Amino acid sequence: MTSTVITGMGVLAPTGLGAAEHWRNTVAAHCRIGRISRFEPDGYPCRNAGQIEGFVPEEHLPSRLLPQTDHMTRLALTAADWAVKDAGLDTGDLPEYAMGVVTASSAGGFEFGQRELQALWSKGPAHVSVYQSFAWFYAVNSGQISIRHGLRGPSGVLVTEQAGGLDAIAQAKRHVTDGIPLMLGGGVDGSPCPWGWVAQLTSGRISSTEAPERAYLPFDADADGHVPGEGGALFVMESAQSARARGASVYGEIAGYAATFDPPPGSGRPPTLGRAVELALEQAKLSAAEVDVVFADGAGTPELDRRESAMLRDLFGPYGVPVTVPKSLTGRLGAGGAALDLATALLAMRHGTIPPTANVRPAPEHELDLVVRPRKTAVSTALVLARGHGGFNAAMVIRKPAGPEGKGGPC
Amino acid sequence: MSRRVVITGIGVVAPGATGVKAFWELLTAGRTATRRISFFDPAPFRSQVAAECDFDPLAEGLSPQQARRMDRSAQLAVVSARECLRDSGLDLESFDPSRTGVVVGSAVGCTTGLEEEYVVVSDGGRRWLVDDEYAVPHLFGYLVPSSIPSEVAWEIGAEGPVSLVSTGCTSGLDSVGRAVELLREGSADIMVAGATDAPISPITLACFDAIRATTPRNDEPATASRPFDASRNGFVLGEGSAMFVLEEYEHARRRGAHMYAEVTGFASRSNAFHMTGLRPDGTEMAEAIVTAMDQSRITPADIDYVNAHGSGTLQNDRHETAAFKRSLGEDAYRVPVSGIKSMIGHSLGAIGSLEIAACALAVEHDVVPPTANLHQPDPVCDLDYVPLTAREGRFDTVLTVGSGFGGFQSAMVLRRPERSAR
Amino acid sequence: MLNTTSRDTDENGSENTMDELTGAELMEIMRECSGQGEEVEAGRDPLDLSFADLGYDSLALLETASRVERTYGIQLAEEDVAAARTPRALLELVRRTAAEAA
Repeated sequence: MTSTVITGMGVLAPTGLGAAEHWRNTVAAHCRIGRISRFEPDGYPCRNAGQIEGFVPEEHLPSRLLPQTDHMTRLALTAADWAVKDAGLDTGDLPEYAMGVVTASSAGGFEFGQRELQALWSKGPAHVSVYQSFAWFYAVNSGQISIRHGLRGPSGVLVTEQAGGLDAIAQAKRHVTDGIPLMLGGGVDGSPCPWGWVAQLTSGRISSTEAPERAYLPFDADADGHVPGEGGALFVMESAQSARARGASVYGEIAGYAATFDPPPGSGRPPTLGRAVELALEQAKLSAAEVDVVFADGAGTPELDRRESAMLRDLFGPYGVPVTVPKSLTGRLGAGGAALDLATALLAMRHGTIPPTANVRPAPEHELDLVVRPRKTAVSTALVLARGHGGFNAAMVIRKPAGPEGKGGPC
Repeated sequence: MSRRVVITGIGVVAPGATGVKAFWELLTAGRTATRRISFFDPAPFRSQVAAECDFDPLAEGLSPQQARRMDRSAQLAVVSARECLRDSGLDLESFDPSRTGVVVGSAVGCTTGLEEEYVVVSDGGRRWLVDDEYAVPHLFGYLVPSSIPSEVAWEIGAEGPVSLVSTGCTSGLDSVGRAVELLREGSADIMVAGATDAPISPITLACFDAIRATTPRNDEPATASRPFDASRNGFVLGEGSAMFVLEEYEHARRRGAHMYAEVTGFASRSNAFHMTGLRPDGTEMAEAIVTAMDQSRITPADIDYVNAHGSGTLQNDRHETAAFKRSLGEDAYRVPVSGIKSMIGHSLGAIGSLEIAACALAVEHDVVPPTANLHQPDPVCDLDYVPLTAREGRFDTVLTVGSGFGGFQSAMVLRRPERSAR
Repeated sequence: MLNTTSRDTDENGSENTMDELTGAELMEIMRECSGQGEEVEAGRDPLDLSFADLGYDSLALLETASRVERTYGIQLAEEDVAAARTPRALLELVRRTAAEAA
């Protein structure tokens, strides 16, 4: 079976516009969680978010795309452009049906949706935009990206709350395995609007801590929930042969993946994230001892953190593997979060550095080797974990490319 | 040899029909279930007709807590999932949860619940800074529609891969297609897969009004959905759910399960053209059809029936007719093609699965449903659309297609299991 | 209950009157509704270019027509809007409809 490699990435996150800026700020542990600026958060019990500063859509996208797109779709279109460029592709030049796109979504273009709901209910049906029929719906990013780049291959959209980023990448990989030459995959998400915010609050998992640097503390004794954020990452994926044939440089190989689902609360059955890890490692033909770093889900609520650390102890032993949660800098980005983690993991392999978990003093009960300062070390194999509200688990194993074509060399 | 996938259970909640039996009776009788909207006063809207389900969650066996917690789309999915499981004869206690997964397709998820709650927290649309004090506890499940497959997975005890597929109006084909892929690659032995949508709400009506996609034929609600007819002028919004038990062939054979059909081919392509517009020549849908036929190792001569997307919009029915001619050649004129949206409307993401159910039942019963309300075909639509009356025959190999906003074009081939044995 | 008024009012609550709509204003409405159109060659009047050449699709036309209807409190015939190929044709349709309504 041919291996699937990643040859391009487009990153848009609170930590940076582009992979380079994201990596600099991540290693420097610049926390980008702050008070919500997109609307007035004063009246709400939780007021922090991880927001992208300095993104001016007009600088990245044609004017005619703006009235028909939600903020998160503009971010996704820009990330797609960057991923394609990074991979050295000219999408105008592809054979027919040679490339598709799979994205993860969580709430669609929700800010756009709120605006149109308000127009409908305060003014009437004639005031609803013609673009509402697709600007809100979950498929919008895959649709808009496929049009912008002429991608006529298989496309898709998955929703598994915050596990979606990995699931979409795995679906794209499946198409590459089936013989589609090139795929875009990943997730970019989040448009904090009052209506979406109020819906987020009902999850019961949002931190109400006022100080931004104390609001999302996975594996800390003070963990009291998480902070939502916006952004994510998209990737160009292709077979190793295809990458070799066109001389593309490779970030890494997707060596294994599995998704599982937790039984309902109160069932008495155990959670299943550990089984996802075992299956992903088995697919990658790796033992737990060969994993150099785990990018944990890091939910930031005591019970979910305890479950994850218990699973890591079971599989790797107490303090058995370096663990990090760089999303402590950005908040959790909905369907984009796990995709951003994958980007960070690929960059960690490239730079030989494990980026830190910011602001956290690991609680001893977890018995984790939580990386809280950047750690210089060779990273050949990384495990990325993601969990979605409602029971979704995903685990992905990536491997540093062997040989000279890799972007893994010293730089 | 690659693993084969068969349908061993079907569950349906459709307009005018709860349960597979009633659904098949409605379709083969050529009855329509479209009517003036009764859920709310449709007077302010351009299109005031829909295909509504007469569905009572409590009467269908959901607990009061489930009915409260779930959006209607999730209720429909859980009820049809229960039926497909019963139909499959699978014993809940005897299958391995870790080898069982769920895929639900939905175009707009819990939009109806989101809109109802929005009206409450925004004081009828008067506040941008909506009031969190009035938010119901299950609102997060409405915000992120992966709550729907969660409910289905909890219901059946699945602990394998679970997901929601949301590719607009091809969601119901793509969700089953994804389940087939997961079974083939060995990630599961049983998948409960299908689709649901309950989009009949003011915001969805308004957004289709705005682009003139739905029909304004308000004075004739029962005959408002007219795919391929010269007088068609838009689709009729619908709702519903169909769910299936899909099983790896050997797994089904070992337990002596009834097999409705084998899913032998599935492909999806994008038109990369326009979010709502279609390229008139149907190129990408044709490509999806050809790919699904290749996977099934069949030629157009093998196709006995085509279940069309047939939405009843001007552009769709032409686009699709062109796609059939392009992919099936001369056989496009031979093979019967019909559109059940003429009877049960267009339930967005759900309809693809309802159409798969119709295909599986056509293979089972050797009858294909008609295209209702087709009296005067559009001259550009010059195929055999099985007007008005169901047709008996031998239907071993059937094709179903879908087309959706965002440019998605999907095709699936189903075959009588003994025909497809290789 | 849904509000069913379809007409916009300005901040003072007064309605706009028809004779205000000029070709330049129509182009501005289009820009607001659907973004900046394609560059127009010097010496050519954008009002006489096709919507397609200006880079506007059928949705842009519908959005613009809807805005004009709300702003001026008129109802354009759907078939006529669909048949309009240039901004000038749409402008003439708006003026004709307003005159008939008056």
